Amino acid sequence: MKPEVKELPVETMELQMGPSHPATHGTIKFDLKLEGEKVLDCDVEVGYLHRGFDKSCEQSTWTQVIPYTDRLNYASPLINNVGYAMTVEKLIGAETPPRCQYIRVIISELSRIYDHLTCCGMASSELGAITPGFYMIEGRELITRIVEQLTGARLTVTYVRIGGVKHDLPDGFAENVSRTFQTIRKLLDDCDRLLSRNRIFIDRLSNVGVISQETALNYCLTGPILRATGIGYDVRRVFPYLVYDQLDFEVPVGTRGDNYDRFICRIREIEQSMKIVEQALAQLPVGPVWIDDPRFVLPEKEKVYNSIEGLMHHFKIIMEGIHVPAGETYFAVEGGNGELGFYIVSDGGGRPYRMRVRPPCFIAMGAFHEMIKGYMVADIVPTFGMVNMIGGECDR
Amino acid sequence: MAETDSRLETIRRKLGAKIIEILRPQGDDVLVLDRAGLTESFRILKETPDLDFDFLSDITAVDYWQRKEPRFEVVYQILSRARRVRLRIRVPVPESDPSIESLTPIWRGANFMEREVWDLFGIRFIEHPDLRRVLLYEEFRGHPLRKDYPVNLVQPRVPERQIEGTFVDERSHNKLVRLKKTLGSKH
Repeated sequence: MKPEVKELPVETMELQMGPSHPATHGTIKFDLKLEGEKVLDCDVEVGYLHRGFDKSCEQSTWTQVIPYTDRLNYASPLINNVGYAMTVEKLIGAETPPRCQYIRVIISELSRIYDHLTCCGMASSELGAITPGFYMIEGRELITRIVEQLTGARLTVTYVRIGGVKHDLPDGFAENVSRTFQTIRKLLDDCDRLLSRNRIFIDRLSNVGVISQETALNYCLTGPILRATGIGYDVRRVFPYLVYDQLDFEVPVGTRGDNYDRFICRIREIEQSMKIVEQALAQLPVGPVWIDDPRFVLPEKEKVYNSIEGLMHHFKIIMEGIHVPAGETYFAVEGGNGELGFYIVSDGGGRPYRMRVRPPCFIAMGAFHEMIKGYMVADIVPTFGMVNMIGGECDR
Repeated sequence: MAETDSRLETIRRKLGAKIIEILRPQGDDVLVLDRAGLTESFRILKETPDLDFDFLSDITAVDYWQRKEPRFEVVYQILSRARRVRLRIRVPVPESDPSIESLTPIWRGANFMEREVWDLFGIRFIEHPDLRRVLLYEEFRGHPLRKDYPVNLVQPRVPERQIEGTFVDERSHNKLVRLKKTLGSKH
């Protein structure tokens, strides 16, 4: 006699995860449709951190926008600064001197290391790997100290200016960076031994959150998520800006497009970024860090305090803002999470007429349901961790 | 330069009367297109082998209130990865009928970006699968990135939403544990 096989009745359950959930480092809500523990569908609700970035920028002078860009992706504020300043410079038609370009490359890559360490460290500690999480946070802290030495602030840096950078590199910067990189390399080696071949870690990440090349392109994904599928699209390579075409670096790509590949891509990108910084520091030319154009650059303090022309010049730039010629442009840099683009419309006045940021992680959240469909509730945590959603940038 | 010219020539030949204008500000290629048959135009740009604009980078809009007629312009940034070129497409949209075809049949990633444009500008996307607000909440009145939306406008308070099917766990001391509907807010 054949035993009668009975299907257990399955009820589809709707569950809201978030908006405040310890495993989602960021305020975001998932409306899940579950069958047991399997995710049938996921509707992502973003916008909890929306503060009207675009509208605020339209009220501010061109220079006042720079602090707002710090608060977009706060894991890589320097890249945001660079992206914004370079878009405005494109409108102006100005090219910054070589030293400034090298400094911008150095700070962008330091920021990228910071961003990737945050992402990988947080993602691993959410999976229970607390030790490597702390190791990476230690590495991040060392980068923060370099940034503090350079800009005077740890997070809200506001270092880049339209037409240059705030000031030149401080004394002993190169030695400080090389000492820090030694420590970070050691920490990453430790993390590598703790994580990369760790059975539990691989089980949680490998073949989870898989997305194919076609789907990734269809969903307009960029950055490590796209590169993990094997497509080597990196703005630094495809549309080189600054001096990236003179530096030797690789664009790491994955093969399967799962969370493990995303993790490895990010870790290998940290190594590449350190290589770029070392090369840039070795090649760093001597010269000014500002463009030579009084329409956009503040006069030296000595002139401001000792001559009426200098004082008027300073006053005009501060009170009216610089005047960017009318026009529109789009410019993108490779941010921590992918293509960070700025679309700016100027009407020739002292304020931007329209300011739009292409936020890479907002677009990645648009594809999140595709990554998580068919996986377990517990897989949301590593998948969300590897997307590296930063509320400030996603919600603006 | 010659390559750019031949590319723009191909675009002119393929899209014909749909092109309103071709501009070259700051070295960017800009195409001003008619909104009729927009999805088809994008499909041509994507699938013509000489053009190969296979990646949608961004969708946004600009409000030229009291400055330009038609009032809105929806702006698309697309690029060809193989040819390493970007192209910007601007599509004028009048205030009387703020609607435009959705690009979701070509790029599903357009979904979130178009929702954002609807949310902040109030431009409708025809045949969009799920046109809801994305950054703001459903009860929000108006579209804040329109230039006639005052920057200091205060929105009215929203009454608390009733959540259907809230399950109160009688065994718990905390009678407000909402197990069935909410995993969070303190989880």
